[in-house]
Amino acid sequence: MSDTGLRERIQEALGSVSAEYIEVRVEESQGSHIRYRGKELEEIGRNSNLGGNVRALAGGGWGFACFNDISDLKSKVRMAVEQAKLVTTDRVELAPVDPVVRIVPPVLGKDPRTVPLSEKKDILDHYVETILSTPEVRSSTVQYGDGHRRIVFANSEGTYIEQERIDVTVRLAAMARNNGDVQQSSVSLGSLGDFGFVERLDDQAREVAQKSVALLNAPEVKGGPYTVILDPILAGVFIHEAFGHLSEADHVYNDPKMREIMVLGRRFGGEHLNVVDGASVPELRGSYQYDEEGVESHRTDLIREGVLVGRLHSRETAAKMGEAPTGNARAISYRFPPIVRMTNTFIEPGQSPVEDLFAGVKEGVYARNWYGGMTSMEMFTFSAGEAYMIRNGKVEELLRPVMLSGNLFTTMENLDAVANDLDMNQGGGCGKNGQSPLPVSNGSPHIRIQNCLVGGA
Amino acid sequence: MNILEEILEKARRVAQEAEVFHLEQVDTPVRFEANQLTSIDTRELTGVALRIIKDGRVGFSATTDLSDLDALVQAAVETAPFGAEAQFQFPEVQSVPTVPVFDPAVGDLPLDRMVRIGQQTMDGIRAFSDEVLVSGSVSRSSQTVTLMNSRGGYVQYAKSGFGIGFEGSVVRGTDMLFVFDSLSGCRPIGDSSPVVASIIRQLEYAKHTATTETKSMPVLLMPTAVASVVLSPILVALNGKTVVQGTSPLADKLGQQVASPAFSVVNDPTLPFVPGSRPSDDEGVASKRVPLIDKGVVANFLYDLQTAGQANAESTGSGERGLSSLPSPASSVLVVSEGQSSFEQMLAEMGEGLVVERLLGAGQGNMLGGDFNANVLLGYKVEGGQIVGRVKDTMVHGNAYKALENLIAVGGQGRWVGGGLYTPSIVCADIAVATKA
Repeated sequence: MSDTGLRERIQEALGSVSAEYIEVRVEESQGSHIRYRGKELEEIGRNSNLGGNVRALAGGGWGFACFNDISDLKSKVRMAVEQAKLVTTDRVELAPVDPVVRIVPPVLGKDPRTVPLSEKKDILDHYVETILSTPEVRSSTVQYGDGHRRIVFANSEGTYIEQERIDVTVRLAAMARNNGDVQQSSVSLGSLGDFGFVERLDDQAREVAQKSVALLNAPEVKGGPYTVILDPILAGVFIHEAFGHLSEADHVYNDPKMREIMVLGRRFGGEHLNVVDGASVPELRGSYQYDEEGVESHRTDLIREGVLVGRLHSRETAAKMGEAPTGNARAISYRFPPIVRMTNTFIEPGQSPVEDLFAGVKEGVYARNWYGGMTSMEMFTFSAGEAYMIRNGKVEELLRPVMLSGNLFTTMENLDAVANDLDMNQGGGCGKNGQSPLPVSNGSPHIRIQNCLVGGA
Repeated sequence: MNILEEILEKARRVAQEAEVFHLEQVDTPVRFEANQLTSIDTRELTGVALRIIKDGRVGFSATTDLSDLDALVQAAVETAPFGAEAQFQFPEVQSVPTVPVFDPAVGDLPLDRMVRIGQQTMDGIRAFSDEVLVSGSVSRSSQTVTLMNSRGGYVQYAKSGFGIGFEGSVVRGTDMLFVFDSLSGCRPIGDSSPVVASIIRQLEYAKHTATTETKSMPVLLMPTAVASVVLSPILVALNGKTVVQGTSPLADKLGQQVASPAFSVVNDPTLPFVPGSRPSDDEGVASKRVPLIDKGVVANFLYDLQTAGQANAESTGSGERGLSSLPSPASSVLVVSEGQSSFEQMLAEMGEGLVVERLLGAGQGNMLGGDFNANVLLGYKVEGGQIVGRVKDTMVHGNAYKALENLIAVGGQGRWVGGGLYTPSIVCADIAVATKA
């Protein structure tokens, strides 16, 4: 994006129409992606984007316009304001924030843009070979992506922010096949601004290959309720899916019944349970300095000693609920208006060594690694990449992948132990309202849940 | 010279073959939240993707910044030495079927009319119960796709779209119920009453709570559940990519019986005014009707140019792409054959069983192998051939292929699920149901 006069043009556009509130974003991004299917490098490509959007409040609700032609910002501002004027509903208020003018440099380790494509390919070739050279592995998928976004944001209250971020992701998957039976294992990893981790995935490549093969001979779990122990990765997905989404205030703010359920002070679990979300926790994939409404990032306590103490807000939801904004308004690109999203979400570590969680479990399931997760507020499902039976406190045979499912409220109550080994998973991409994948991280120590429904034969 | 010709000419100076895909679209969603109009959006997207074949390899780049075409060409050239070996040639100019997918009336529909349609939908649902909180959208769209390649291939078509989608939520204590339905097409939809009726039907069935046991039982999959449980895994297995790769469980089953003879599905992007339809695919290959599973027998796989080349087959006109990546095989408009049974007959024949409206997390398991393992987001217990109420804390578990072998009834009346699937409900015997109750 040629910067000549961009700031002035944005300011001019903001001042060209009268409305209660107007914001303008212009975004420039570049990325590259590489995908292997088996040995074959199936796709390699480079993308660049230039686009912008305008969001306006005029009289009642929102008008929004996004576009690629940024030459006439004034007409786009006019369009958004005209649309907003048609939304004659209850007046949207925005929680006040101080205007800020800042240029934020990117968080940078090894910049993926400085690594030649040939070098990226050589590194990935090696992982493909590692996976495919494992006996009984039939195929693999190896995916790499990097993206650089530069966002210029300004609003009619005087805020002007330039921010850059670089996101790097890798997914390694192995597929083993025996007659008609296909089993797979995968791992997703990511980083905010650092290509370095991509160079150090030998162990992970070997592991996914071996796991996919091992699953061919694994029995299925018998479905039903079990005592379940989750490893940090899966527990992180659990807290993101099951609880995190419900703490996003846009699910709550205009629904009186949901407000009753999510009333601050409500007990969700035992005193060992502490849950946090925060983009100000540094150098994780969900980290940033200002959100997409220009609000400074926070570290928000959601659950403190088992009690609900906070939630995630945009300026709109904060105003509506009479709470302070938390800097959680995010958008995956200029194509979307910002909505309330998580950032880095985790269960804080407790005191217990991991072994203590297993001790005394007569029959249970040890679920590890992440395959996916979804939530419908009250109910959630999350699937483990691998699982083992626990008998008399000991981890025993490998099982086919299991799906854990349940009711948020009872499951949080049944979460009876939190270990001391917090680990953050950086491979996640979150989806909401058509915006996916949004870079997030989530994490937890090992946790134990009593009476959790496990899907099986 | 237009911009596509300009890119093509630049690309041909540095590569043997080239193809330009240009997309221009405008979506206008009118959005409602918690029984209220909340926003009106206009979302424009204009961009171009360039695919080249240089020294036998495929290079790719895409951009929405049309001010620097040299950078676009340069990026494609940079990727080509590492790209896949091209197993195809771009299609020359060919005749494509006439598939009507554009209606100018969509663009002429005023925003306030769309607001009124949304309002009527919400009013209709809330007339049934004012306990329901309704959110959703009414949206219109238009797009122009242009495709041009260095062998003279050229396709351009315009498509319009209109959609109505609403969700109702009922919260009692910590008990939550979400019901959803939508309608879409290439022409304006003035009457949202089918959406209202469907949402009210779901609220009605879910009014009472029922319990079930952990055991195997017949399960009636409503159309949305047919999509997630049965069709998603089958489509992965019929996809030219998994077939060529050898990971598809159907790869060596062409011509073989893999499902009950009562089950047939075709991909037909030539159906008029269906959102997934189009005269040609995104590589300029003419659209055609392709049987996928015919009376339980595997009839065809879905190929784009590259996978067809790898498999020594013909493209089935199934190359799909967005702006940011290469085409890959995908279905456009799936039509599952209707059977004979009415909904009531299917319930009566089940006696005791489960009706699954929607699942949560069906696509998370080992989909390649056909396994599904999902939470019943909305489902009803059937006793004595009657729906007795909603089940909760319940999971279903099984395998799509086994479920289709155990198909015991196919509904006589199909319906559209989104813009790319038409299917009746089906009943499968012996699906494992797990519950806490």
